[in-house]
Amino acid sequence: MERPLTRNIDPEREPNDLVGYEKAGGYQAVRKVLKDFSPEQVTQLVKDADLRGRGGAGFSTGVKWSFVPMGDDAPKTKYLVCNADEMEPGTFKDRVLMEGDPHQLIEAMIVSAYAIQASVGIIFLRWAYKLCEARLRRAIAEAEDAGYLGKNIIGSDFSFELAIHSSAGRYMCGEETGLLNALEGRRATPRAKPPYPQISGLWGKPTIVQNVETLCNVPHIVNNGAEWFKGLSRTEEGGTKIYGVSGKVKWPGTWELPMGTPIREIIEEHAGGMQDGLRLRGLLPGGASTDFLVEEHLDTPMDFASIQKAGSRMGTGTIIVLDDQSCPVGVSLNLQQFFARESCGWCTPCRDGLPWIQGLLQALEDGKGCDGDLDLLEQHTKYLGPGLTFCALAPGAMEPLQSALKYFRGDFERHIRERACPWR
Amino acid sequence: MLSKKERQEILKEIGHYPTKRAACVEALKLVQKHHRWVSDEAIQEVAEMVDMSPADLDGVATFFNLIYRRPVGRHVILLCDSVSCWLLGCGYICRHLSERLGIGLGETTADDKYTLLPMACLGTCDHAPALMVDEDLHQDMTAAKVDELLEAYD
Repeated sequence: MERPLTRNIDPEREPNDLVGYEKAGGYQAVRKVLKDFSPEQVTQLVKDADLRGRGGAGFSTGVKWSFVPMGDDAPKTKYLVCNADEMEPGTFKDRVLMEGDPHQLIEAMIVSAYAIQASVGIIFLRWAYKLCEARLRRAIAEAEDAGYLGKNIIGSDFSFELAIHSSAGRYMCGEETGLLNALEGRRATPRAKPPYPQISGLWGKPTIVQNVETLCNVPHIVNNGAEWFKGLSRTEEGGTKIYGVSGKVKWPGTWELPMGTPIREIIEEHAGGMQDGLRLRGLLPGGASTDFLVEEHLDTPMDFASIQKAGSRMGTGTIIVLDDQSCPVGVSLNLQQFFARESCGWCTPCRDGLPWIQGLLQALEDGKGCDGDLDLLEQHTKYLGPGLTFCALAPGAMEPLQSALKYFRGDFERHIRERACPWR
Repeated sequence: MLSKKERQEILKEIGHYPTKRAACVEALKLVQKHHRWVSDEAIQEVAEMVDMSPADLDGVATFFNLIYRRPVGRHVILLCDSVSCWLLGCGYICRHLSERLGIGLGETTADDKYTLLPMACLGTCDHAPALMVDEDLHQDMTAAKVDELLEAYD
């Protein structure tokens, strides 16, 4: 099984320095695109490979890039921003890539910047990811010394400088336009779209914001082609995916597997299944803001289309497992507490609705729930739904709630009837 | 209240950005590097340096989880309370920490040594429960590890 993203990664030792990375075939993609490809050809290649965004939204990367104005009439300054603000609860895969192979991300950014002719790159990194920061800074310095970053990269006409911005901490910085506002020294509230960042992003210039894992696929697609990339997958969608599992399983962790590996295989074979004495009640397939799936869905392939058909979203592809000794109401409360706390406060449904929902769930957990509370919660999942809020934070928050009410309604009702949490 | 050296550090940082206000978050972090937290006085002085109104800068400062607008102790404990850590028992770790330190979330010990704050997902969910003390990540926490850890910091 090919593992292009993690083949250089060994957590037992230091990551490859530049020399080691080059020996392992690194920076060949940079040489290749500068020599043999026009920028548009790189974008077309990424489109042909059907690389979907691995930050949560799953949008086609090549299509996203194709909206960036190109040519002599395009703005001279364009930005490529790597969204390394991994903060979706239950998600821990970008950390693995940055700590394990920092040069891979740097090469990915150079190649991707070439495709859109961006002159400035910024890695927007979690403050908490201190080891990533140290390793990336060292790798950037090495790349600059070797002429892979800066003016006239390895003697070509293409110039690209790369910097790291260490975030001051807020979930909304992971939202594309919130991130841009944070970089501009503003509160990370979202922006209206249109205009889309590809047209008017950072300081009004064309900007592509792309997830770490998505970017890391680009050099490999350049080196091996679109058909190769599609061939790595078990389903229609191309490539491999870094899947993760957390919760009360035997071996929580991350694994690079073919896109479309079934949920059951990830949880049972790679994560070892549930800890002894526990049963699986449900799972969030891709982080906190995805709908619960249950036992009947375990054979679903983990790709964007299949998980959507099952009624959820693949999101980040890191699975959170709910065991039968953890209370579904408690888990829902914990999730809504997170979303309520992280709401940026810009729009009313999110700012006022989420704390209201948190309060209702707290009352249920404390045995003070009333008949009608569940209907009220359901109404809120509609009020805070897609299209009714300024960004996707609140609709994302409603995904685990609406599905918990669907699959675990009996447990919610018991809290009301028994005036206590049956799990305590 | 900023020393000449601190002002120079901030001015140097401002020089790296296309606009002055883009540097304001880094400027606030530099204030914290020297003073641990950002006071109203610091807001006034930094606002002037980045051509923002104090209210505007305060709006940015209060938005971010890791910019402290109240005094914090010598060491800040960031305890993850997101879903995977919750499933793996961060509630228990929190109660144990509270008991050992004699403070609740959001509070600082009387000797000014530790401030205890909740934090959203630290991105190490396969090693839950997790926490950070200053820039150090601590994983797979147990009550025993908490006790060890509290001794390890001055």
